[in-house]
Amino acid sequence: MNKKRTIRFIEHKAIRFILLIISVAIFSFILINLSPINPVRVYLGEVAVSEAQRVMLEQYWGINQPITVKLFNWFTCILHGDFGTSLIYRIPVIDVIFQKFSASLILMLISWCFSGLIGFGLGIIAGKNKGSLIDKIIKVYCYILQSAPSFWIGLVVLIIFSVSLGWFPIGFGVPIGTLENNVTIFEWIARLILPVLTLSMVGVAPIAMYTRNELVDVLSSDYILFAKSRGEFGWDLIERQALRNILLPVITLQFLSFNELFGGAVLVEQVFSYPGIGQTAVMAGLQSDVPLLLAIVIFSAIFVFTGNLIADIIYYFVDPRIKENETIEDY
Amino acid sequence: MTKLLKIRNLSISFTQYIKGLNQKELQVITDLSLDIHESEIIAILGASGSGKSLLANAILGILPPNALVSGSIKYKGNELTNQLRKKLKGTKISLIPQSVNYLNPLMIVQEQAIGTTQTQEEKEEKILRQQKIFKEYGLSKDVNQMYPFQLSGGMARKVLISTALLNNPDVIIADEPTPGLDQQAVTETINNLINLKKKKVGMILITHDINTAIRTSDKIAILYLGFVIEITNTKNFKDNGEKLLHPYTKALYNALPETHFKLTKGTQPSYHNIPKGCPYQENCPHKTDKCIKILPELKTINDTQIRCHHPLIKGE
Repeated sequence: MNKKRTIRFIEHKAIRFILLIISVAIFSFILINLSPINPVRVYLGEVAVSEAQRVMLEQYWGINQPITVKLFNWFTCILHGDFGTSLIYRIPVIDVIFQKFSASLILMLISWCFSGLIGFGLGIIAGKNKGSLIDKIIKVYCYILQSAPSFWIGLVVLIIFSVSLGWFPIGFGVPIGTLENNVTIFEWIARLILPVLTLSMVGVAPIAMYTRNELVDVLSSDYILFAKSRGEFGWDLIERQALRNILLPVITLQFLSFNELFGGAVLVEQVFSYPGIGQTAVMAGLQSDVPLLLAIVIFSAIFVFTGNLIADIIYYFVDPRIKENETIEDY
Repeated sequence: MTKLLKIRNLSISFTQYIKGLNQKELQVITDLSLDIHESEIIAILGASGSGKSLLANAILGILPPNALVSGSIKYKGNELTNQLRKKLKGTKISLIPQSVNYLNPLMIVQEQAIGTTQTQEEKEEKILRQQKIFKEYGLSKDVNQMYPFQLSGGMARKVLISTALLNNPDVIIADEPTPGLDQQAVTETINNLINLKKKKVGMILITHDINTAIRTSDKIAILYLGFVIEITNTKNFKDNGEKLLHPYTKALYNALPETHFKLTKGTQPSYHNIPKGCPYQENCPHKTDKCIKILPELKTINDTQIRCHHPLIKGE
């Protein structure tokens, strides 16, 4: 029974995934094709060439081929697994993606954990002491962060900790004048702290507010009233009666926030010159590195899809109430 | 019979904001006095929204923070302070709540039935007691591991009663134990409640269902607009209700299908404009000037407590 349902779930999700990736690929390809990007012009820059040379270059890069042929060429590259060759780096796109994405993933994962834990904690404290001073402080903090753009927070953090206090380097993944392979772990961590701090700060706000509201809701429910009538109170009451009830929706929300996390990372990486996928995306866009840009779009779609998938899995397989409803439907 | 609870002049009101910053005090229970003895069921009967459930919450000290309470509640002669309440809640004074909504939807039934425990031994001991009670009520072992949404209405009711019984309470407050159940389940629930009297339990049965009240209780207290207007022996609800003294009680009794099925016109007024004198004046056929001006005190006539200037002593 359960096995059948699991298989159906996987099938369902797999089909969705394939459809999503194909449509993302086609649409982004068409969009880029329609945009006035001209790799030849960018490639040449200020170099003076004759018209004949320019035509030769355009021919070499296949600028004037019909879109169907271009699309077909690109899909063959994807199926080869290398996603074409990056114009900037002159290596297979997949290698660039792998390197930059792992740098970004570390940044995002750490800030995701921090923002989740701290946000949940703050939300619980605020919700338990609803209406008190500490609740108001947490609320104001969340409202400010929620309405401030992440790059601005990044700039403020940079000004305070790097410029004024001088505790951390101003940016870059590696110290200037050092090869990437020679970076010590401490130098690397020192450069990770501020971006992580910024991303966590921004991520705390929604999760804290959500946790707070969920807890306030649960605390005003009938079963909490009943538990109180049986002599439960304080933290024990929250731990026993409320925590598991709010944990599930909160974790789900945290996984659904993958897209915001990614968007935040792009901006924050730019502010801190952190060599991750966000910075690479901006560079690829500015320098008309079309294969790289398209690959980044696809991989970020996969990333966000994964977040939603995990949220779905938690939702379907952890909450006992949903399990029951599904079984009834199956009969 | 030992007196378990002695409630004197209990009033509950809420401060509410109406239209911006205008505060208004909303009186929901006024001057309620009541005694509960061992092996006695006293029904609190009143229309929906007449403040019945708040009485339960006041005794258990779980009113919302904007509630104002005055008057006194004594448990076995001791004033029920918050400190004493903490000791008694869930052990000596138990609540049987209204519906399955009072169970945590994500916690298995057994865990909820036994409540909090400090040590492993205590837990095991409570599980033993819980299983004995479940068996008594015909709940199978599967129920232990079920979640509340898997329970039927009747099962949920039994589970709720079991939670109240676990610690051998003296006082049980049952809040609307019968609505939403089929006839058989109602009868079963009522029998279960009556059987609790053998355990020397004193019970407050809060209900708006006059049938349940008549079938279960020893005494019935009728609530109107938060005022107790009559506390009478349940056996007075018979024949033509000659021994019922308050016009409202009488009208209630006469409205039953088994008696005259006679509806009285008029509705209970809103809490926002409780009249100055007798709360029932608006719908009373025997209204005089005195009723409009002076609030009648609760007085005792023929073993019945009544709040009326013109009690119906000789029938009608």
